[in-house]
Amino acid sequence: MSVVPHAVADAVLTVEPLVAAVESALQTRGEGCGAVCTFVGVVRATHQGRRVRFLEYEAHAALAMKMFERISVEVAAQWPEAVVAVHHRVGRLSVGEASVVIAAASAHRAAAFQVCRYAIERVKQIAPVWKHEFFEDGEAWVEGPVADPNDEGMKRQALERACA
Amino acid sequence: MRVTVLCFARLRDLAGLHEWSCDVADRATVRDVWRALAEARPDVGIMRDTMSCAVNSEFATMDTQVGPGDEVAFLPPVSGGAAPHP
Repeated sequence: MSVVPHAVADAVLTVEPLVAAVESALQTRGEGCGAVCTFVGVVRATHQGRRVRFLEYEAHAALAMKMFERISVEVAAQWPEAVVAVHHRVGRLSVGEASVVIAAASAHRAAAFQVCRYAIERVKQIAPVWKHEFFEDGEAWVEGPVADPNDEGMKRQALERACA
Repeated sequence: MRVTVLCFARLRDLAGLHEWSCDVADRATVRDVWRALAEARPDVGIMRDTMSCAVNSEFATMDTQVGPGDEVAFLPPVSGGAAPHP
């Protein structure tokens, strides 16, 4: 399996390094690279009707990196001709800034789209990253699922969404 | 033996600290470390049923045994990404 770098960092995210990484990882493999699909998660201006001033993302970075690597391994098992890269930003983010960027590459577009969707679903399920929203009228931690990478039901749900 | 406790996000707010050292008995489990934290910082108690935990940056369970110098992290439910809920 080609190694594609993941990242958790307090730095502005751009798509290009991830696209370059997944493209080059596939160049010498199988049919090569025929499609790259990217996802950019962006800070919304409102949440449940409340106006967002800014967000703060916090992560257990070492564990998050392991989860991104785990997602790569899951992708390789399900889509042997695809690779994925995940970068997550932490720290203070303004409305409109990218919080997470994913690039998925494959020989053909169908798998690239599926892998990209699968990866963001899994990031949201198992990556130890937390979002603290600061509104004009208060603040709140956003809490989703209890992270359990071995929960097969969650993994199946991510797969179903990816392949819908 | 001494272990390092890490609290993240809302748990960090409730505990009022990110990193904490505590002494637990030999052969202690993550549950014992949690009890020590909850005793020192009772406000964290409301997270007991919804958090997950990690030892030395590997997901663990409350029954996982800890060793001297281990880093025990308590993790609230996660919320990474910024995608809208489907």
